[in-house]
Amino acid sequence: MKASRQRLAGLIRKEFLQVLRDPSSLAIAFVMPVFLLLLFGYGVSLDAKHVPVGLVVEHNSPESREFTAGFEHSEYFQTHYYHDMRTAQQALRAKQINAIVHLQADFDRQLSGGEPAAIQVILDGVDANNARLLNGYIQGVWQNWLNSRAERRGQRPSTAVQLQPRIWYNSALRSRNFLVPGLIAVIMTLIGALLTALVVAREWERGTLEALIATPVSVREILLGKLIPYYLLGMGGMLLAIAMAVWLFQVPLLGSLWVLLVCGSLFMLVALGMGLLISIAAKNQFVAGQIAIIVTFLPAFILSGFLFNIDSMPAAVQAFTYLVAARYFVAILQTVFLAGNIWAIIIPNALALLLMAMIFLGLALWRAPCRLE
Amino acid sequence: MKPAANAIDTTTALNFQDVGKSFLAGQRRISALQNVSLHLRGGVTALVGPDGAGKTTLLRLAAGLLLPDSGKVESFGLNTADDGDSLHTLSGYMPQRFGLYEDLSVLENLNLYADLHGMDRLERQQRFDELMRMTGLAKFTERLAGRLSGGMKQKLGLACTLVNRPRLLLLDEASVGVDPVSRRELWHIIETLVRDFAATVLLSTAYMDEAERCDHVILLDQGRILRQGSPAEFHALTAGRGFILSSPVLSNRIVQQRAVTLPGAIDAVVQGEAVRILLRPEAKPDWQACFSETDRLHSQAASPRLEDAFIMLLQAQRPLEKMPPPICVTALDNATPTCFANQPAIIEVDAVDRWFGEFQAVKKLSFRVCQGEIFGLLGANGAGKTTTFRMLCGLLPASNGKLSVAGVDLRRAAAKARSRLGYMSQKFSLYGQLSVRQNLEFFSHAYGLRNQHRRQRIAWALEQFDLQAFADVNSTDLALGYKQRLALACALMHEPAILFLDEPTSGIDPLARREFWTRINQLAGQGVTILVTTHFMEEAEYCDRLLIMREGDILAAGTPAEIKRLGIAADQAPADNMEEAFIRLVETGEAAPL
Repeated sequence: MKASRQRLAGLIRKEFLQVLRDPSSLAIAFVMPVFLLLLFGYGVSLDAKHVPVGLVVEHNSPESREFTAGFEHSEYFQTHYYHDMRTAQQALRAKQINAIVHLQADFDRQLSGGEPAAIQVILDGVDANNARLLNGYIQGVWQNWLNSRAERRGQRPSTAVQLQPRIWYNSALRSRNFLVPGLIAVIMTLIGALLTALVVAREWERGTLEALIATPVSVREILLGKLIPYYLLGMGGMLLAIAMAVWLFQVPLLGSLWVLLVCGSLFMLVALGMGLLISIAAKNQFVAGQIAIIVTFLPAFILSGFLFNIDSMPAAVQAFTYLVAARYFVAILQTVFLAGNIWAIIIPNALALLLMAMIFLGLALWRAPCRLE
Repeated sequence: MKPAANAIDTTTALNFQDVGKSFLAGQRRISALQNVSLHLRGGVTALVGPDGAGKTTLLRLAAGLLLPDSGKVESFGLNTADDGDSLHTLSGYMPQRFGLYEDLSVLENLNLYADLHGMDRLERQQRFDELMRMTGLAKFTERLAGRLSGGMKQKLGLACTLVNRPRLLLLDEASVGVDPVSRRELWHIIETLVRDFAATVLLSTAYMDEAERCDHVILLDQGRILRQGSPAEFHALTAGRGFILSSPVLSNRIVQQRAVTLPGAIDAVVQGEAVRILLRPEAKPDWQACFSETDRLHSQAASPRLEDAFIMLLQAQRPLEKMPPPICVTALDNATPTCFANQPAIIEVDAVDRWFGEFQAVKKLSFRVCQGEIFGLLGANGAGKTTTFRMLCGLLPASNGKLSVAGVDLRRAAAKARSRLGYMSQKFSLYGQLSVRQNLEFFSHAYGLRNQHRRQRIAWALEQFDLQAFADVNSTDLALGYKQRLALACALMHEPAILFLDEPTSGIDPLARREFWTRINQLAGQGVTILVTTHFMEEAEYCDRLLIMREGDILAAGTPAEIKRLGIAADQAPADNMEEAFIRLVETGEAAPL
């Protein structure tokens, strides 16, 4: 027993020294996570803000000024004025603006005459998602303008039914709040599956595993000697991501840290199980890296609900996402961060992770080579 | 640790009984070992044989890393299938390339192995001191293993394997690419282990002189044991069949070319200033068949050596492979200069340096090579051979100094110089998924041969290199010897004046190596200049002149005979072989002027 502990300690010490000295391991364990966090925290945003919009006002009047002021005071838009539609359309084609709002010369006359006044809106539909958002925002400006105009005249707002939206869980509607927690799953996949698969494959390549197997060390010890260091590294990556999320990006953490850590451990075990299984199948770094990226990293990115909403995927793809461990963990992360400890979501997802961890680690232990074949 | 199922039998270190082992390669099952039986008790045993003979598989079976498909493997009375754990405490195994963690320091590597063997602090300190003294690594304990020289890596690998004082030591190609001084030190350590600790050692080696030193030799070929016995028993097979031929009027190369055609000749190689020939047991030495009175041929009996027996035994296995027919390279004059000193230089290297960051790989190197010469660049891995080579091919610019090839300054017109030279790399650079013919077509296109000329050259290559039968076989499926032929043919498609060969014979079995050198000799005879790198010191004998490099410097330069006379006092005999000459040069620290 004592000998076994000593062997394990020796293996773990070796593993940490290697990670600290190998630039490519360092890059995957530390540089990539920080880079991803900064990228998603600062760079990537799914919100439309300061969108350049062209305004063409053919006849300047108090009414039209009041209307365009609504655009100028909104943080969603960045306004550009054009004298006529032709120059505005050129600007749209040149991608200088994303939309044109056109008030015709008879806008005032129609308004004062009680006729329905027409506002023309032209949207650049290349990025459909963005166009839809923008359309909504423009309608919002128009609605506000109508309401305030009615109020000033002591009239009730013209529409019979009033929509009063209240946004729960991410009331500021910042996409960062939703992206950064999900990113934790991606980072842990990177360390647990990609890094682990690579370092084991490297041991095959360099013949060091061959030398290890020829010593009294057992397969269980070799596997634990990989699991423990990369588990710790992965959890370190998770803590770093949580710290950056809370302190740097001001993402609210409504649920408890302990729930996160327990679920994170489960997910880490799944990732490690996948990494070890890959390394058993692929004995060189190139193949191991390719498999790990395709089977673990990309699904965690695309199919986990971290970036794209699972419910809006086609049914077949949705069914497939149940095989992606990151899906369960992303659901837990987003819930615990933004909604709190909601057990109805946490418990089933955590159970799914537990099941996957048992399957992958079990397979890895069962298939692990006790010899060179 | 669970107790061993069987009692430990200390007398028999290793016992193979009718062992068979095969592997799945794609859809096919490839037999790696068949009916192997052997029995080792003490002493040093060498495992020799061509590449792919099954040496590594045999060692892995002995270490319990593989299990036999049939038969059984026992070590100290323990079956490797049942008692793997207890067996690993008794044996030590060093894989090829030493199995070291290159990111870890010398001491960290040793500590890891000490942990794996469950050694406590006190025991460890004592053992490390012993090992450091034995290997001379004490000064380098903090250095990362990846930063050690080849020789030091090898010694560290050995030290890690020896941490638990194994009673059976298994070494796979422990000395490949390591310089002769380190090789000698390794042997010193092995001999001490056997003498003082009664250890049993089984090692695979590509060096015949290492096998000569062993108590027992096992010759493997195609997964079977061809023969095993003491070196003396092997010598007896060819006793009286080897002769040394020399002629004051003919060049060695001509003597060798004629000697091969003697009736009953198995093998003829240039050795120093003479040619060593081996005849079949039934053949009578009949020099008149190929040499006339005026050649003033001198012959004397050669002392037997292991290599003769191997060549004879291996050739008996491959009756169809004969010495190659002479190849002729067209468009080159048939001048065969015998004295190179007066020839104009075709390759000139003048005070060339090459730095990689802080590391100087080549230090003020100067030499010249004449037309029709076989010029060797020798040295262990890391000596600077490959860097020099790449600079000469125009693949790498020199940091300082002047390089010219075929009269062209490489600094100005590397591409022009490249069109005059053929290059064959260690890994052969063939396209595995293309057939032999397609490879030839591709390379002739790459060298800009057109239409009629290209068809002629492809036909020439298929015929001269005996590749007709394999023209439509993918090159990846060829045997190593044939791959080598094809690679040579590809390098010769454009009839280069200079041929660069980078480690052309590593991993090739001795027979294919012979054949290769015969071809190279013929090419040189037709005026092609040949520059070759090798880490086999014995291949120096095939060169007209050579340069031995060590850590980027010239250790010695000259003809093989000159080098053997360097570094000795007037009354001493010259070194027997290049190996010994190398060691002597390192010891006396005498570097030769060029």
